[in-house]
Amino acid sequence: MSRLPFYLIVALLLVAGIALSIHRHLQFEVPWTPGEQRQIWEIQAQVTFTAEGGPVKVNLALPSSQRGFRILTEHTASPGYGLSFLEENGGRRAEWATREAQGNQQLFYSVQALVAPDARNGGVEAPPLREDIVWEPPYDTAASQVIERAWARSADAYTFARQLIRDFTEEREGENARLLLTQFDRTPLLVRLLHQAGVTARAVSGLRLEDGRRRQSLTPWIQVFDGSDWTLFDPRSGTQGQPDNLLLWESAGESVLEVEGGTSSRIDFAMISRSQPAAAAVRSQLVEDTLLNFSIHSLPLEEQALFQTILLIPIGALVVVLLRVLVGIKTSGTFMPVLIALAFIQTSLLTGIVGFLLVVAVGLVIRNYLSYLNLLLVARVSAVIITVIAIISLFSVLSYRMGLNAGLTITFFPMIILAWTIERMSILWEEEGAKEVLIQGGGSLLTAVLAYLAMNNPWIRHITFNFLGVQLILMALILLLGNYTGYRLLELRRFKPVTED
Amino acid sequence: MWAWPKQLRTRGIVGMNRRNIRYIGRYNDRRLYPLVDDKLKTKLLAERHGITTPALIGTVTTQFGVKHIREMITDVAGFVIKPAKGSGGKGILVVERVEGDRYIKPSGVALTLADLERHVSNILSGLYSLGGTPDVAVVEALINFDERFSAYTYEGVPDIRVVVFRGYPVMAMMRLSTAASDGKANLHQGAVGVGLDIATGRALRGVQFDRTRQAHPDTGHELASLVIPEWRTLLLLAASCYEVTGLGYLGTDMVLDRDRGPMLLELNARPGLAIQMANGEGLRRRLDLVEREAHGAEVSARVDFAQRQFARQGELPPPAEGVPLAGVAAGAYNGERFSA
Repeated sequence: MSRLPFYLIVALLLVAGIALSIHRHLQFEVPWTPGEQRQIWEIQAQVTFTAEGGPVKVNLALPSSQRGFRILTEHTASPGYGLSFLEENGGRRAEWATREAQGNQQLFYSVQALVAPDARNGGVEAPPLREDIVWEPPYDTAASQVIERAWARSADAYTFARQLIRDFTEEREGENARLLLTQFDRTPLLVRLLHQAGVTARAVSGLRLEDGRRRQSLTPWIQVFDGSDWTLFDPRSGTQGQPDNLLLWESAGESVLEVEGGTSSRIDFAMISRSQPAAAAVRSQLVEDTLLNFSIHSLPLEEQALFQTILLIPIGALVVVLLRVLVGIKTSGTFMPVLIALAFIQTSLLTGIVGFLLVVAVGLVIRNYLSYLNLLLVARVSAVIITVIAIISLFSVLSYRMGLNAGLTITFFPMIILAWTIERMSILWEEEGAKEVLIQGGGSLLTAVLAYLAMNNPWIRHITFNFLGVQLILMALILLLGNYTGYRLLELRRFKPVTED
Repeated sequence: MWAWPKQLRTRGIVGMNRRNIRYIGRYNDRRLYPLVDDKLKTKLLAERHGITTPALIGTVTTQFGVKHIREMITDVAGFVIKPAKGSGGKGILVVERVEGDRYIKPSGVALTLADLERHVSNILSGLYSLGGTPDVAVVEALINFDERFSAYTYEGVPDIRVVVFRGYPVMAMMRLSTAASDGKANLHQGAVGVGLDIATGRALRGVQFDRTRQAHPDTGHELASLVIPEWRTLLLLAASCYEVTGLGYLGTDMVLDRDRGPMLLELNARPGLAIQMANGEGLRRRLDLVEREAHGAEVSARVDFAQRQFARQGELPPPAEGVPLAGVAAGAYNGERFSA
């Protein structure tokens, strides 16, 4: 049996993988390391609505270059619609229109925003102070009392805004605030109160940028002016200042989305962060639309965000293969550690390990009781799944009550995989004893931690996502390892006594 | 603590990766695995080929059939109930003798018919089987344990593992259960492995938990005098399992019955590597030698080849006085010993 075809395939994979990577490096100027990079956010807005059959007009607010971000390029996908960009009231808007549309409609808008700490706002003008505010009784007295209270405890526009918003937060909410909230929405109400007190402000909409998030929505913020300067307030907590990862999507105090001729309209955002030199980002946009571009980077953002994680899985698989074939570590369930490592990425390492140990330990105790009931396998594992969900819910609630928000991320654990792990370890305990459970459980955890360290390494994340050729190289490596007939590291110890005499 | 790879290589130790790729992957067709994973199938197949196995009393395949267990075991002195797809000795119930309607286990504990029926029912529902799949209960006649071995073992019947490569018996060991192994004959659970000379069936070396031993840890009996009677018959039996199953790399587990001689207990398509520890020698040289041999030799020719090529001197110090198994040893020499 000739091994030639095997080595040919491996060589082919290696050559193709390296060539693809080098091509991408040269053609798109993607650097080998994530260092000296500009961070670029690709954000995609998806507008969905149900058209009623007649003419449709959709008006969407668009972000402009602002403090912290520079808008690079933008794209739209809206077959059958005419599109125009408008500038009105200091804000940019896109307007899609069509004569006839029926049923579910989807419009896409995507934008690349460069993270630029030195970027400035393009002259934000304060809105005129509204003088025409009229309250109906009994809201008038409530409003003036709330304003007086905050006014007395403040010195200028910002401190006043902070005090006012704090009076509407949960722990300090007074009777007046509660009364007003029954009638008005929080953000418009706060803006109204600020105007009445002579402070110019407006409601704006911001998007929190978090890598790889999908189905996100905008959050309301309050922009408060003090002369020519302004600052942002969080209407929920009264926190002052703009978070670094907040992109103001709509900053003219207008609505974000207006749809005429359609119902149930909504807007979702997906985003992804990519490290590229700014120049390369622009150039890649030019090439992106050709038919020959099969790169994952030409997919819609939502799918790209998914791929960012998927492309890391081969790294985890490689770690498992290395540890099993070269070291000889025993794990419970071959690729279970990879899934646990994926969960660790969401939870952070320490929380992840503590959570994993807690769930598995409690699960084992309960599973031990289940074995007395003498159930059929599928029913037993299903019962363990429900138990795992119960444990996870319990720990989430407990940690939240104790003020440990990190405990909430425990829900990222793959519950069915955990249930199988518990089932397998329990059987192992009965058949081979607690020692073997510790060996295999420890082996699984060690593998998971190493896989996590590899998958969470910034350089590896950069390489796997930006160079698809690396996947072919990984494939070649794994094939080669699958052909390794030498000793495992732990066998050097196991067979040591044979060499002693 | 650690050996260099070169040290292991010069001793011909085969590692897990090499076993999986070069031997199991190359010589064991996956399609044939069901033959050895199901003990009932193995047993019926072996009997068709004239290989001795413990006598089959009957099988129970349905929960409905559990009630027939009583008819099955009337007039039987002792019997064993085991799951066909059990692993690691789980679910094996041994009844040594029957006193009226009381079933006595080797430990002296008496069971009732209801106990037996519940055990069979548990086997059928897959309690002891790989992956918990529904199983079949097999009822076999009790092995008449050769009393001459009783000093070498603590509870449990010792068995003999012979690794058969392409039909050639390449390495053998006897597995003696201990208190640590809880009467089971699995080396990783603490049973003592005694390497056996392929030429004579004499003990070469003993190990427990991978460390050398010269005496049984519980009975204190020295191991050097251990000789397997009817050794050549046993090798012939093991070697012929190649023709029976078609598996090129095979572990055969045999037991010695006082009356019926060597019998096949079960087969293993993925035999472990601990046998190298018990023999103090790697499998590599022997496997290479067999790979160079032409294919298609007769069973007896293969056993001849193995006994000639793999003969070895024991490493254990000779027993101080009086060879307890002298009679057995003599039998083995007179009747069975191959003369090159």
